[in-house]
Amino acid sequence: MPESRGYYGRFGGLYIPEILVATFDELIRAFEDAKADPSFWAEYEALMSTYSCRPTPITFAGNLTEDLGGARIYVKREDLNHTGAHKANNVMGQGLLVKRMGKRRVIAETGAGQHGVATATMAAKLGFECTIYMGEIDVERQRPNVFWMERLGATVVPVTEGSRTLKDAINEAFRDWVTNMDSTHYALGTACGPHPFPEMVSWFQSIIGTEAREQIQQIAGRLPDRVYACVGGGSNALGIFSGFLEDEGVELVGVEAGGHGAGSGRHAVRLSYDDASVGVAQGYKTWFLQDRDGQMQHTHSVAAGLDYVGVSPILADLHEKGRVRFEAATDTEVIDALARTVRREGLIPALESAHAFVQAFKEAPSMSPDQVILINQSGRGDKDIFTVADAFDDPKWKAFIREKARAYDA
Amino acid sequence: MPTTLESVVRERLAERDILLMTHIVLGYPSFEASLEIVDAMVEAGVDLIELQIPFSEPIADGPVILHANQKALAAGSTVERCFEAAHSLSDRHRIPLLFMTYYNIALQHGLEAFAKDTAAAGLRGAIVPDLPFEEGEELLDALAAHALDPIFIFSPNTSDARMRAIAERARGFVYCVARKGVTGAETDFAALDAYLQRCRAATSLPLALGFGVKSATDVAAIRGKVDIAIVGSETIRRIDEQGVDSVGPFLRGLR
Repeated sequence: MPESRGYYGRFGGLYIPEILVATFDELIRAFEDAKADPSFWAEYEALMSTYSCRPTPITFAGNLTEDLGGARIYVKREDLNHTGAHKANNVMGQGLLVKRMGKRRVIAETGAGQHGVATATMAAKLGFECTIYMGEIDVERQRPNVFWMERLGATVVPVTEGSRTLKDAINEAFRDWVTNMDSTHYALGTACGPHPFPEMVSWFQSIIGTEAREQIQQIAGRLPDRVYACVGGGSNALGIFSGFLEDEGVELVGVEAGGHGAGSGRHAVRLSYDDASVGVAQGYKTWFLQDRDGQMQHTHSVAAGLDYVGVSPILADLHEKGRVRFEAATDTEVIDALARTVRREGLIPALESAHAFVQAFKEAPSMSPDQVILINQSGRGDKDIFTVADAFDDPKWKAFIREKARAYDA
Repeated sequence: MPTTLESVVRERLAERDILLMTHIVLGYPSFEASLEIVDAMVEAGVDLIELQIPFSEPIADGPVILHANQKALAAGSTVERCFEAAHSLSDRHRIPLLFMTYYNIALQHGLEAFAKDTAAAGLRGAIVPDLPFEEGEELLDALAAHALDPIFIFSPNTSDARMRAIAERARGFVYCVARKGVTGAETDFAALDAYLQRCRAATSLPLALGFGVKSATDVAAIRGKVDIAIVGSETIRRIDEQGVDSVGPFLRGLR
């Protein structure tokens, strides 16, 4: 039986069916062993520096700094990871853990498909069988990612139950795991779910914050005054925040998906609006968007990666303790911030990451030029061209797609 | 009426060598149908019934029951209506009725209120499949305060030591999951003997076996090895395919 059940204040825990208890015991033991073994982290860093792009750089956003006329703005470039987002950090780390456990098959859930592509990539590299669960609606919306997952050798299973999105894909992955736990590891994509996933995913993602703390001091000559990260499940935020948690002077700001705004019922904001309440689902206790009976609600965001009902129990605790401030950015604000960043800096943040830019842009002008802002650009937007082009409602893109469709029909 | 669920089970075991427990999802396909289905089950001689309060994230359930949960919610099944239905069922029938639901349903209702209302509805206990005993102290205390029994689960990969720890908290009977996986798939009953011996060694409570019990052959295979056969998904599948009228003949044919 594990000593810790992964509580962070009153959040977290391990709420799982009895059939999974032995599997979690095994995973917790393997994770504890790996954490205690310095050669494991060394192997992880070596893999990430040769197969992905670590350490990822920090870029000074000089034009935006000038435009906004306040704090100096720096961007941590997680978009330069292989497969285009911070998701690779977690997935490659769990892949090494799977090798250590001697398992041969990995499964994962995916919303927009980023985590699915990252997992399928890891499976191809490390030689595992791979099955990806993806809500039927997301399979329809995210064909390019499905295309790559299949080319990478993964089986993509469309989930037809429930809201047919991310949370339903998680439930379905658990059902697979309950049946195939002897051969299979479930590579959960974010710092949510039952213990040890929140801790384990945060640990792998802490590579972001460890690098960033050192880099920003070299480049900017000081620690940042504020660090901004978007928050869906919370893994990129915990990754960068972890480097600064002990630095009291560094304010940490998590930005949630405001969708159509407060009171619209069409958003994915758990902590910065009043719509969520504390509950237990998908194996852990946190703030969920749920109704009075405890049924999970539909969520909405322009950024599929933030479109989730719960939030990391570690972030829920940091929120309660006042260590992390939470804000929300609406879909419209996100499109504006993305357009601005592309145009002024030549950086293309993912729609998810653009949420962090929104809040930084709101606050930078009222800060002084000797202050420093660090934004985590958790992923790149150019590979999501279908989604981004839709978000921009680009007429020339639509004409191109129509033409392409005609050519296929011919 | 005897005071404990265990004594009700033992009393019925004096009359027949294996009991039947069935499962319904409240509000699926409608509340009216739920009541009719339970009536048919009782008429067919079923000994215990699990009444599932639907949840949007039923991670321990397989496709048939998952689907029933989703449909019940879409048709407007609320926790309040589930309590009302449970109340009218316990007024109509003498056999023990149990709630089955996920922890969040009890948590949002208020754990004390959940126990109080469950007792007031005339039920005998609750099965909460995503609540390991380590996380369950508060609910267990609330259930105990209202003389309700928590039904705990053993699985084939539960260690002997853990079975004993679970048995210390279990009341009524123990729900033995026959195999890995979720509800409603195939089970090889012949391979169960060693597992069931471990279950018997861990507890003196009656044993119920579920997950994949779907025919008279299955029931015959576990007769004498366990006290209660649990037929869950199969009944719901039959209702989906052949309607409520098929419930009685199916259940009567099982033993």
